[in-house]
Amino acid sequence: MTLLPRDRQVRAGALLTVLVVLVAVLGPVAAPYAADELVGPAYGAPAPGAPLGYDYLGADVLSRVLLGGRSLVLTTVCAAVLALLAGATIGMLAAWTGRLADRAVLWCADVLLAFPHLVLVLLAVSMLGRSRPLVVATVAVTLLPGTVRLARSLTLGVMRQEYVEAARLLGYPRRRILFREILPNVTTPLLVHLGAMLTWSAGLIAAMSFLGYGVAAPAADWGLMVNENHGGLRIQPWAVLVPVALIALFALGVNTLAEGLGRTVARVEEER
Amino acid sequence: MSRPATGGRGRWLLRRVAYGATAVWATSVVVFAATQALPSDPAMAILGGDATPESLARLRLDLGLDRPLWQRYLDWLGGVLTGDLGRSLDSGTDVATLLGGRIANSLALLLLALSVAVALALALGLFAALRRGGLADRVVTSTAVSLQAVPGFVVAVALIVLLATTVWPVLPAASLLEPGLSPFAQLHYLVLPALTLVVAETPYLLRQVRSSVVEALESDYATAARLRGVPERRVIWRHALPNGLVPAVQATALTTGVLLGGSLVVEVAFSYPGLGGALNAAVGARDIPVIQAAALLIAGGVVVVNLLADLVTVLLTPRLRTGES
Repeated sequence: MTLLPRDRQVRAGALLTVLVVLVAVLGPVAAPYAADELVGPAYGAPAPGAPLGYDYLGADVLSRVLLGGRSLVLTTVCAAVLALLAGATIGMLAAWTGRLADRAVLWCADVLLAFPHLVLVLLAVSMLGRSRPLVVATVAVTLLPGTVRLARSLTLGVMRQEYVEAARLLGYPRRRILFREILPNVTTPLLVHLGAMLTWSAGLIAAMSFLGYGVAAPAADWGLMVNENHGGLRIQPWAVLVPVALIALFALGVNTLAEGLGRTVARVEEER
Repeated sequence: MSRPATGGRGRWLLRRVAYGATAVWATSVVVFAATQALPSDPAMAILGGDATPESLARLRLDLGLDRPLWQRYLDWLGGVLTGDLGRSLDSGTDVATLLGGRIANSLALLLLALSVAVALALALGLFAALRRGGLADRVVTSTAVSLQAVPGFVVAVALIVLLATTVWPVLPAASLLEPGLSPFAQLHYLVLPALTLVVAETPYLLRQVRSSVVEALESDYATAARLRGVPERRVIWRHALPNGLVPAVQATALTTGVLLGGSLVVEVAFSYPGLGGALNAAVGARDIPVIQAAALLIAGGVVVVNLLADLVTVLLTPRLRTGES
């Protein structure tokens, strides 16, 4: 715990992440207008009362920026956590059961890995619709194979340790070994992996919105704003630049934090 | 170490190819299942609520909805194997003709981006590895870490603003390729999309190269070579670099999927007429035959590239070449 604030990379990443999340979460309270309120000229330049100008329909860009982060942050976190829980469970059970189940799980993971994440999400969302739970579930499924493989190999590593062998020889129930001996020893690397997944999940969900298959207009969303105002880049760049910058900062912050935590964990293990 | 008979290697090769083949087959099942998973009547979903009963009936016949699912799958698979990808529901053109030119465009873009990215990653990775721990290494590595996190379309927008519309407008913001002309003959349209992919692809590769070269430089055999009086230059070129290349090949293959997914977004951002753009448009129009063909091509491509990378890795690594695990 005392390690946390000391690493400079961890601190910078945490600061960036917290800032963007604050904009996303508290933004809706501060937004002067509603997302679909048309208050100015289309692609209107910044003016008093509208420091970022107006978008392609004439809505206030600042309001849409403040309103449009919540969906990204929320879906990103939900998808990554869901992928972690499901992936860890499947991976650990596969390693634990071994044999046929293990090979079947690996093969399925390989097949899913053949699809670029975006293609898989696009396939699912185009056919089944763009409801929020569905986007979360499909993004989680695309992140699943990597998590399953990681959890499986970590579990296999721990299972070879003497203390697990000892617990087995002592006749401890399987469930106890799995939860008391194996789970605590695979948690840390899996949490570091969660950081990486958050970055991917943010990129995927923002990309889906950018392609127009995420949050539906007239609701506000950073990725969707880039899609909508892309055509007016020459006249009103702010409507694209501000949401793009926020998406970049969010991904960057989460990634820096995750990389820093990963390094800290590795250092601690080395010192042990 | 006794060297097993060459049969071990042949059998390994056969097993690996068979595994790849089953994976390609499984992707076809996934693609077909995904495009048949429409919750309600597919014809209704495609044409919308205000379609006439006649057009609905015609589309149902076109989609073969009167036949059972497995039969439709087998028909489709048979068509794919004989090169018949069906007709686009949107434009009525043959899917193979529709996608043919676009596949070539995408391949041109990917090859250009990949070759630049690999060359850059090797140069910068080696550079950073040789100065490991120093300022130059830290700058290169932390830049790579930061760029790695940024989504592709964000890079695309940044490059458009920088080089196409606002800051220094020298390149076209949209890649409106002249059909019938080779993409390489209109290189100015390729620069920005390729650059976006390079920015997205290089950081990961660079870090792989750096860490494996560092590992090789600090290995026992490198130390032994230095103790024998082998000059450092020779240690680098003969020992460190070849060992740094193997993981780079694997990493390149592993990121093909990422690159193909990334190219989809990039093609849309630059209106580049490629396979990813076609898939995106087809998804928008619910043009099932085009979606199926494009998704299968992309996923099948990833499997084949990974297979090739495994073969190359085995050929490059003496230890693995003997077939021992």
